[in-house]
Amino acid sequence: MGEKFKGRGVSQSIDWFIVVVYLVIVLIGWVNIYASIHSSDPSSIFDWSVRSGKQAVWIGTALVLAAVILFLIPPRIWEGAAIPLYLGVVFLLVVVIFVATDIKGSRSWFQFGPVSFQPAEISKITTSLLLANVMSRQNYKMSSWKWLLATLAVIALPMLIIVGEKETGSALVYIGFVFVLYREGLAGWLLGGIGLAVLLFVLSLTKSVYVALLVAIAVLTLSNALNSGKLVRWLEIYLPILVVMAFFPGAWNWMMDRLIPGHSLLGDPTLDPTVALAIEGASGWSFLMKIKPEVVLLVISIAALPVCLYRSYRDKNSFIALSVLVYILCVGLTFATPILMTDVLKPHQSERIEQLLGLRDDPGGVGYNVNQSKIAIGSGGLFGKGFLRGTQTTYGFVPEQSTDFIFCTVGEEWGFAGCLVVVVLYLLLIMRLMSDAERSRESFTRIYGYCVAACLFMHLFINVGMTIGIMPVIGIPLPLMSYGGSSLWAFTILIFIFLALYREERKYF
Amino acid sequence: MVVGLLLAGALLIGRLFSLQILDDKYKESAWNNSLYYDVIYPTRGVIYDRNGNIIVGNKVAYDIMVTPKDVPPFDTVKLASVLGVEESFLKERFAEFSRRKDLSHQNRPLLRSLTPEDYMKFSEVQYLFPGFKGQVRSIRDYPVNAGGNLLGYVAEVDQNFLRKHQGEYRSGDYAGRTGIEAAREKDLRGEKGYHIYLRNSHNQIEAPYKNGEMDKEAVPGHDIYTTIDADLQQYGQQLMQNKVGSVVAIEPSTGEILSLISSPGINVDQLANFGKHYSEIMNDPHRPMYNRAVQASYPPGSVFKLVNGLIGLQEGVLKPEYTYPCNYGYYYGSHNKLGCHGHPSPLDLEHAVMMSCNGYFCYVLKNVLENKKYPVIDDAIDNWREYVMSFGLGRKLGSDFPSELGGTIPSSATYNKRYGQGGWKFTTIVSLSIGQGEIGVTPMQIANLCAIVANRGYYYIPHIVKASEGVEIDPKYRERQYTMVDTTYFMDVIPGMWLAVNGGPGSGGTATSVAVPGLDMCGKTGTAQNPRGADNSVFICFAPKDNPKIAIAAYIENGGFGVTWAAPIASLMVEKYLNGEISSDPYRQALQERILQGDLMSRVKGD
Repeated sequence: MGEKFKGRGVSQSIDWFIVVVYLVIVLIGWVNIYASIHSSDPSSIFDWSVRSGKQAVWIGTALVLAAVILFLIPPRIWEGAAIPLYLGVVFLLVVVIFVATDIKGSRSWFQFGPVSFQPAEISKITTSLLLANVMSRQNYKMSSWKWLLATLAVIALPMLIIVGEKETGSALVYIGFVFVLYREGLAGWLLGGIGLAVLLFVLSLTKSVYVALLVAIAVLTLSNALNSGKLVRWLEIYLPILVVMAFFPGAWNWMMDRLIPGHSLLGDPTLDPTVALAIEGASGWSFLMKIKPEVVLLVISIAALPVCLYRSYRDKNSFIALSVLVYILCVGLTFATPILMTDVLKPHQSERIEQLLGLRDDPGGVGYNVNQSKIAIGSGGLFGKGFLRGTQTTYGFVPEQSTDFIFCTVGEEWGFAGCLVVVVLYLLLIMRLMSDAERSRESFTRIYGYCVAACLFMHLFINVGMTIGIMPVIGIPLPLMSYGGSSLWAFTILIFIFLALYREERKYF
Repeated sequence: MVVGLLLAGALLIGRLFSLQILDDKYKESAWNNSLYYDVIYPTRGVIYDRNGNIIVGNKVAYDIMVTPKDVPPFDTVKLASVLGVEESFLKERFAEFSRRKDLSHQNRPLLRSLTPEDYMKFSEVQYLFPGFKGQVRSIRDYPVNAGGNLLGYVAEVDQNFLRKHQGEYRSGDYAGRTGIEAAREKDLRGEKGYHIYLRNSHNQIEAPYKNGEMDKEAVPGHDIYTTIDADLQQYGQQLMQNKVGSVVAIEPSTGEILSLISSPGINVDQLANFGKHYSEIMNDPHRPMYNRAVQASYPPGSVFKLVNGLIGLQEGVLKPEYTYPCNYGYYYGSHNKLGCHGHPSPLDLEHAVMMSCNGYFCYVLKNVLENKKYPVIDDAIDNWREYVMSFGLGRKLGSDFPSELGGTIPSSATYNKRYGQGGWKFTTIVSLSIGQGEIGVTPMQIANLCAIVANRGYYYIPHIVKASEGVEIDPKYRERQYTMVDTTYFMDVIPGMWLAVNGGPGSGGTATSVAVPGLDMCGKTGTAQNPRGADNSVFICFAPKDNPKIAIAAYIENGGFGVTWAAPIASLMVEKYLNGEISSDPYRQALQERILQGDLMSRVKGD
């Protein structure tokens, strides 16, 4: 009896699944950094004068950091250290504004000789820790305004300072913490309503009315399905229809391109009007151009509304009727967005919004970046052009290739297959983090785990979304893959603190 | 939550699928990119004068185009010297190109309108500069100095212009911006054409698409025949050199504008390359872009006495035989006088016109405005205004020449606003009698007034373009526009105008010094006050007296008496137009010499 229970061993207590996925992603990133800087004058992947060699150093040191966190630092200290760490990083965030050198308009980097470091990256970790600390307290109640405000303050403080550093992209990641609040009991409908409104506003500005309407339909049908417990039915019937509908404008354009030679040139604002008329006049199918996909969608959906209302009456299901009302509001919002931008908002306000969404032609050439990035990824096809064979990325058409636009290299050289693998790996990582968090008995660990998952998700979605043109151009790295020590270390610490916390539990339970 | 995560993942993957698999827009072998439209630019229509002489033609010029992406580092010093530009110009242009990376694969203009000689220099060394090439273009050529304000200029369209004419132009196109070029842009510009080619995956053109079946050739612009007499216009330009003002000549029997001069104007040498001289022109204190012939609102001065006289006759308050006294002016109130020069007194209408008596016409306007027919002066002046406007004054004439100004004729409202209801009477506005005060008219309107008198009571709306094959003109230009004064009354003022010129030295006629035997010219001088310095010199005349061929108005800012500058200029132009040349009479030659050498610029205050 005197023998102390030492707990489970290393092999059993550590979630090796996460470690392996982590390593695989880091390695894929390293290989692609090498490919992205690959030129006609190739150097070794270990050449320390270039980025792939430097990244090897960052990876080595990151692994050391991981081991230190996993084996040397007692996990129990994180909960208590959350407050001083958080305050310390907030201090650094403020200091950096005054001492930083200006890098592309943002003042967020500390420079120590050859090494530079961005406190905004570390701040994700400390914010997650403090959030877990606050929300895991015994008397914490989300429904209390006092606690809710305190929670929001923990998120907002570093976020606002980072906005002040003009690193708007990094600040947006903090919105991801709202998912954590949702998991911990924030009223879903409030979150969903605001989220949907913002989403539709952004989509109708950056994408098209069609996409916005389709998303509204998807969200509303899905919530109805969840409400009446018919998720499977939704997945079987609605989802396929929605997916088909999503491809309708593309397919329509594809057909028009073939019916009307030169049709695809019509969107080009620099096109000569004579040529435009010529293109329209040259084909007997030009009358089809009058059919606009969004009008088709609107007509179909409006036609379906009476059916929905009848069902609501028949099944005495007021949720359907509410959804119909919300859909009408959504349609209104979607079509009102241009009016809102031009007539309601002041010019400088809509200008800010357009800048944030990357809609404005700016000297930095954001539109150029996205276009080149889309060409690079799009030209990859199913299996890509092969390792080191990418032309778009190799010849320097894509800017920031090894950092923010590393996903382009994956897309061009490894094709859809490669992209699928990478995205699925991230999704597996995030889901595993979520399920581990869910299984944890300690609310500190659970909440921290969700924070990690949320950070990873936001980075993944914003970064990949940016390279394929569904998100505005926001300069944030792809976690674990983009070149750069700050980012790699930060995500390594973020993930391995969770692994350490989780291991601590697994040892004994 | 997991569902949301999977949905987000599905969204990314779906988008990747559509981008990489479905959408072949980004594939090099894409169908769409394989068609190449080569736009063919039409030649712009030629502008002729009334006698079939070319006043604006076309000539070949070269634009140096550059595709920034294809340009390796190059010898900037050498290229700058070959192109005849500063090295800093090249650097600036390339800095500009590099700001728009998204356009770096496009052919962009580096330097416009090189002459064929300069282009030859470049083409000899072109092989040293990959990425650069010359593009032939036709630009405007001006064989006659017909004046930049009349002709207008052609320039590359700007953003503002593109917005106003959406769907008609694209950036890089040229369009007529002022004058005839703008008035007849739609006829002159022609239609663009295009050739369609197939491109291979290396972006090289392989063959005409469908053997050129779908190609469209450019349609050249229509030639324009103007009503301008090139010789007269050019002669007028010479006479108006170093004077500020305007001359407008009209053929009374058609309303065709024979000559339209605004001075100082844009030199035709600057027109061909307007962009290059733009800031120079814009910064000139004398505002050469400002077309005084149609845009300047001047007091007409004494030439307006004709209008008042005619109104008096029509209203029945004036008979040609009425005489009024004038002792160096018209006295009103207890101490006020509207001064006049020395001449015999009293005068009848004919001699009052001949000698331009101020006093006489004060009585005339008094009779018109204090007519018992009208219970209050408000009605009288509004009635007077209606008459005046029927002479084409105080409103736009509706000419086909762009940016015409309407001018101003006062009404009872004008004075009620200024002096209050009942706060004014005839003596308050007595200066209207002699064409001063609140009247503003353009030189074209004054010329049209002259044409009305020449026609004895009607005019055709002045216009500048003749109908020709493919070019139509508004039928309104073929309709007579009558004034509210009966044609018979015009016979009562014309003899006075004839005497003013042909009365002989010492007769008291105001313009006897410009008489030319045989021309049979009728004229009326004017000296209009100019608040900014010396009086303006005004003269209208038509000739010959019967069956007039030309009616002309000359308005010279700060020129002093009408007879000093405006009358000689107008008479020389009439002589030139009717006789083809200035007679060898030493007096006429000396007059011509004085006008050509005359420089009034020092009197004129710039803006």
